[in-house]
Amino acid sequence: MSNRIDVKKTYKLFINGAFPRTESGRTYEIKNAKGTFIANPCLASRKDLKDAVVAARAAQSGWNKASAYNKGQILYRIAEMLEGRRAQFVDEIITVTGVTKVKAEKEVTDSVDRLVWYAGWSDKLSSLSGALNPVAGPYYNFTVPESMGVIAAIAPESPSLLGLIDAIAPIIVGGNTVIVLASTKAPLSAMSFAEVIATSDVPAGVINILTGKKDEIAPWMASHMDIDGFDISGLAAKSHGAVRIAGAENLKRIYSFKSADPGRILAFLENKTVWHPIGL
Amino acid sequence: METQVSFEYAPAPESRSVVSIKPKYGHFIGGKFVAGSKHFPTINPATEEVLSQIALAGKADVDAAVKAARKAYTTTWSKMSGKERGKYLFRIARIMQERAREFAVLETLDNGKPIRESRDVDVPLAAAHFFYHAGWADKLEFAGLGTSTKPHGVAGQIIPWNFPLLMLAWKVAPALAAGNTVVLKPAESTSLTALLFAEVCQQAELPAGVVNIVTGDGSTGALIVNHPGIDKIAFTGSTEVGKIIARAVAPTQKSVTLELGGKAANIIFEDAAIDEAIEGIVNGIFFNQGHVCCAGSRLILQESVADEVLEKLKKRMAQIRVGDPMDKNTDLGAINSKEQLLKIRELSATGDSEGAERWSAPCDLPKKGFWFPPTIFTGVTQSHRIAREEIFGPVLSVLTFRTPQEAIDKANNTPFGLSAGIWSEKGSRILWASQQLRAGVIWANTFNKFDPTSPFGGYKESGWGREGGRHGLSAYLKGVGHE
Repeated sequence: MSNRIDVKKTYKLFINGAFPRTESGRTYEIKNAKGTFIANPCLASRKDLKDAVVAARAAQSGWNKASAYNKGQILYRIAEMLEGRRAQFVDEIITVTGVTKVKAEKEVTDSVDRLVWYAGWSDKLSSLSGALNPVAGPYYNFTVPESMGVIAAIAPESPSLLGLIDAIAPIIVGGNTVIVLASTKAPLSAMSFAEVIATSDVPAGVINILTGKKDEIAPWMASHMDIDGFDISGLAAKSHGAVRIAGAENLKRIYSFKSADPGRILAFLENKTVWHPIGL
Repeated sequence: METQVSFEYAPAPESRSVVSIKPKYGHFIGGKFVAGSKHFPTINPATEEVLSQIALAGKADVDAAVKAARKAYTTTWSKMSGKERGKYLFRIARIMQERAREFAVLETLDNGKPIRESRDVDVPLAAAHFFYHAGWADKLEFAGLGTSTKPHGVAGQIIPWNFPLLMLAWKVAPALAAGNTVVLKPAESTSLTALLFAEVCQQAELPAGVVNIVTGDGSTGALIVNHPGIDKIAFTGSTEVGKIIARAVAPTQKSVTLELGGKAANIIFEDAAIDEAIEGIVNGIFFNQGHVCCAGSRLILQESVADEVLEKLKKRMAQIRVGDPMDKNTDLGAINSKEQLLKIRELSATGDSEGAERWSAPCDLPKKGFWFPPTIFTGVTQSHRIAREEIFGPVLSVLTFRTPQEAIDKANNTPFGLSAGIWSEKGSRILWASQQLRAGVIWANTFNKFDPTSPFGGYKESGWGREGGRHGLSAYLKGVGHE
């Protein structure tokens, strides 16, 4: 064994394509199953959330304008980058959660495959949710799904990587931007995943990742007036009512999901209906 | 010099002999009319004549209605095949068509809207909604991805006074097609056509309890919203009440759809067909006295054509015939209630005090009843209350723009997002603008068009969900993958 001292990574936040520390200067300690110290990730503050929302709002119209083909390719690119760094993610999952190598490898494999699955939806959403409506009059009338805007999400505690991908990919594939709060106990995969995003041609601000406490950040997300939708799948059911009450102030669309269904993508899309007369 | 032609119209009143209004009504629960305990008057807003006494449902009435709806759901409606359910809906559509004249006259008497509108828009569209949704009842497996074929159970539905029968149809038809049973509350000031609809349910031999109608005010609505026996809430009304409902159901498992307020932009580009646009502006804001959540209440004019449009608009507004809603020539009827008239007056007064310039069409308003002349405010800025708040009356706020992007920015500068209008002769500009506008319904070179096949509903604070089409149907089916 060499005597070399490891170069350890500082885990920071991911906001607007950059890796800032929390402005609050707060961190919390992560230990593995045996109680050994692993890292001091950021305890994100309300100001970090506000910064992330500003970045997500600024990025939204550009991301929305990208063609569905382009969005699909970028999501696929994320899968490519993740595939290339499998070993790192497997190690991190084992280090933090103590699961077997087989289990950790399966989670990473499923994560890559899930990203590929979401990538393929980008140019099929209007076939799923769009319609040409046969109105009783001389009008051309169609309905198309459109992005909702800025969406917040709480990723589940576990699986920390696959759950994070389910909290990001279905939201952005239709043109939304996202601020996601990673697993509190196992945030390392999330912050390493930010490095994958940073090298996948995802425009800055489209995906923003915070680490911290759910009970602290979820109410801030719920009451933020410039967040349009909120995926609370990762939030304990007992907190759903309070979050929904706070979200009513701007009639946020708040949903919780059990599975990676296309309905999960459609939930954060609006449907727009356009009428135009037909005539000479 | 154009010569001004003025047309004088002889009165062409519709007869009210086709309707018989009872002096007092109860609720429709479990297939029967049951007496109410307390009552309040419903009036004709055009004359202030008391038409009837409407029952005010309390807790016992709402409980009875929910119980009847649950019983019908468990024992009958959820067990019936979609094919058979659909046939009841087809029957209802047909009977509504047969009794269309009766519905139209009753609607106009109770609501104050011109008979031409209730006859040509509200009632035919209401029947069309039942006919459209009837066909869905046995095809729910094709309702689209993300949707199951399972209904919620008992739906509580609360509707507004601006399109009483039509809003009933938008609510009841998809609920029944999807297999739910309903407890419906019409608006306090417009219950009569809902009570006539109850008779249609009887004539159609709809199983008892599938449709229950309780009348009352906001307190009755709150009893429905908070009732533990209800699985689904559907509401059309103000954003303010919508938020109260959203908070009330937040801790529960109830599914909710909300159709709320709007402050729609109607954008006139300089290349628009101006004469057509004038008709579109008038239809956008003066249709149904402006009592329309999707009314084109903010006119956004390109500066280069602003003077021309305003001159022609005023000329056209002077031709609007305001008065007796029962007269077939009437364009603009009565304001639905004194309360609403006061609200329109109050908001219009802020237009004056905040510095906008008011112009009202010269017209003789009837002495009795509630009336407001067609009115526009020019020189409106985005911070004025009349540019931000829903007036829900025949009042148009006019803003101007120089570049297309400025038009979009102004149009989207609102927490609402229900509808928007675009007037231009250039296809690429229309499609560009329709993509940029953050609203659920975009009318390009037209306005205020509705159809049961066409999803309707808002972005942002204009509500949750859609009504009409496959999207509207899905609101009455349980979602897949949602908790």
